[in-house]
Amino acid sequence: MARITLDHIRHAYGPKPSTDKDYALKEVHHEWDDGGAYALLGPSGCGKTTLLNIISGLLTPSEGKILFDGTDVTHLPTEKRNIAQVFQFPVIYDTMTVYDNLAFPLRNRRLPEAEVDKRVRDILSMIDLSDWAGRKAQGLTADQKQKISLGRGLVRSDVNAILFDEPLTVIDPHMKWVLRSQLKRLHRRSGFTMVYVTHDQTEALTFADKVVVMYEGEIVQIGTPVELFERPRHTFVGYFIGSPGMNFLPAALAGSIITVGHQQIALAHRPEIAPDAKLELGIRPEFVKLSREGMPISISKVEDVGRQKIVRASFQGHPLAAVVPEDTEIPADPRVAFEPAALNLYANSWRVETGARP
Amino acid sequence: MNKTWNNKAWFLVLPVLLLVAFSAIIPLMTVVNYSMQDTFGNNQFFWAGTDWFTDVLHSDRFWNALARNLIFSFVILAIEIPLGIFVALNMPKKGIGVPVCLVLMALPLLIPWNVVGTIWQVFGRVDIGLLGHYLRILGVDYNYTQDPVDAWATVIVMDVWHWTSLVVLLCYAGLVSIPDAYYQAAKIDGASRWSVFRYIQLPKMKRVLLIAVLLRFMDSFMIYTEPFVVTGGGPGNSTTFLSIDLVKMAVGQFDLGPAAAMSIIYFLIILLLSWVFYTVMTSQDAKG
Repeated sequence: MARITLDHIRHAYGPKPSTDKDYALKEVHHEWDDGGAYALLGPSGCGKTTLLNIISGLLTPSEGKILFDGTDVTHLPTEKRNIAQVFQFPVIYDTMTVYDNLAFPLRNRRLPEAEVDKRVRDILSMIDLSDWAGRKAQGLTADQKQKISLGRGLVRSDVNAILFDEPLTVIDPHMKWVLRSQLKRLHRRSGFTMVYVTHDQTEALTFADKVVVMYEGEIVQIGTPVELFERPRHTFVGYFIGSPGMNFLPAALAGSIITVGHQQIALAHRPEIAPDAKLELGIRPEFVKLSREGMPISISKVEDVGRQKIVRASFQGHPLAAVVPEDTEIPADPRVAFEPAALNLYANSWRVETGARP
Repeated sequence: MNKTWNNKAWFLVLPVLLLVAFSAIIPLMTVVNYSMQDTFGNNQFFWAGTDWFTDVLHSDRFWNALARNLIFSFVILAIEIPLGIFVALNMPKKGIGVPVCLVLMALPLLIPWNVVGTIWQVFGRVDIGLLGHYLRILGVDYNYTQDPVDAWATVIVMDVWHWTSLVVLLCYAGLVSIPDAYYQAAKIDGASRWSVFRYIQLPKMKRVLLIAVLLRFMDSFMIYTEPFVVTGGGPGNSTTFLSIDLVKMAVGQFDLGPAAAMSIIYFLIILLLSWVFYTVMTSQDAKG
């Protein structure tokens, strides 16, 4: 259990990085709390696995330092960092039994056999494989194998952190829910620092206390699920989190009045913005109110997604999505209003503090 | 439900049947035919029953050749399999070294058997051969045409040189199929180098190793060309393996009956031993 400090870390796979583009991981400078559950969320190739491998020591960063509880571990090999990692595809030792698979990391560390037995049985019951303990691991199903991989990560009591690299990719959907809630429960019980890499927002939002959103080698926001939803720091976060993503409307600002096309919207505060910045107004579809009053839109499509409807429309020539309850009547002359507290202003893709807090 | 019997289907099997008949069954039956009869030329045959088999099984010549063959196979397996694994483990996994190593490894396999024999026959000669000459200079009393131990050493080293590559290539194919995550997981689990070999690499190589052992056993048990070219079975009979003895008997002495009987016994031994190897090596899969 440890606090993880990422001190100005950058990484490039090429030998001599010169421009920003050469870096698979642009500067990361953060501190992650002891016992926190973090999810690294982002599309493929955004650098999340790179960051994970830097923490586990499978990669040494090109620049910067990594510290566990204030101790520099940048150049320590993986086995000395006292870390557990679960990979995307199940890694099991075919020739061993399920029991021996789980005991392997403990025996390698020369724990007394009584202690090994206690911990292994504990984990076996947690991952629900007690009846399979004596079986060869070879013939198991993919999700049983992945449970063993998870179990091998959890079996050690002294780890600094447990890292998960998209561990539920190969698991059946209904099993995913079960395992995810087991992980969550385990996190509460054990207090391990956990880092969970995924490209699935649902997984990230349900697992983690803090979600770290990455985009093109950069951490664009670290926040609670609520923060990511209500105050995305970057347009990418707005677009990536939520379904459908945030609406972004090209805008112009004069004082505290925002203009989108021919419509004007007043802000509560007067934001400070560089004069040549590209401005966008961001509003979540959930906060777009559809009614007979307000600003006119033209609706192109209504998708029924169960308990809600997604209204696809055009607002001043820009696409706009709105999420409305299932029983909402779509007016013949539809108009919208934006909830003032939910308005976010973006200059060059980064959020500008509008002062309007809910 | 009644099965439809359509005898026309037999015609589809016929070409294969004919091919197998000509390539295997007819020659084999000819050998069986010879093994049961005695002939003095003029196409005169006399029934001999199991006499030739009794003769062969009671001759020291046969048992000695068989013993030499078993020792030879055992020794080259004991050297080539561990050596092949060792070389495969130390081959590069990526980069320019991979094609270079693969080509180097494949080279001995591409050389025809009799050429391999000739190469080593010349290589080992004490008057003009590089090996023989320099061993002499170093003070080793080496002469494969006179000393049985030297002859054996030469034949074994030649076989190791010729065939270890096959084991290496097979093992290497098994090794590169192991995903990186296994090695990473092993590091995280704190596994030692030996554990990585024992629990990750060896299990992944098991199937190819089985093939390697079987191929090398069968090949070495049937070895003929290389020792024939290098030593001609000598000095004395010291490197006369079963196949060399067989050819001597059949072509040299024209004893067709005993030679045929010996062929059949030889064939059954290879079949039996291959089956034993296979059963022993695959039986571990069935356990647990």
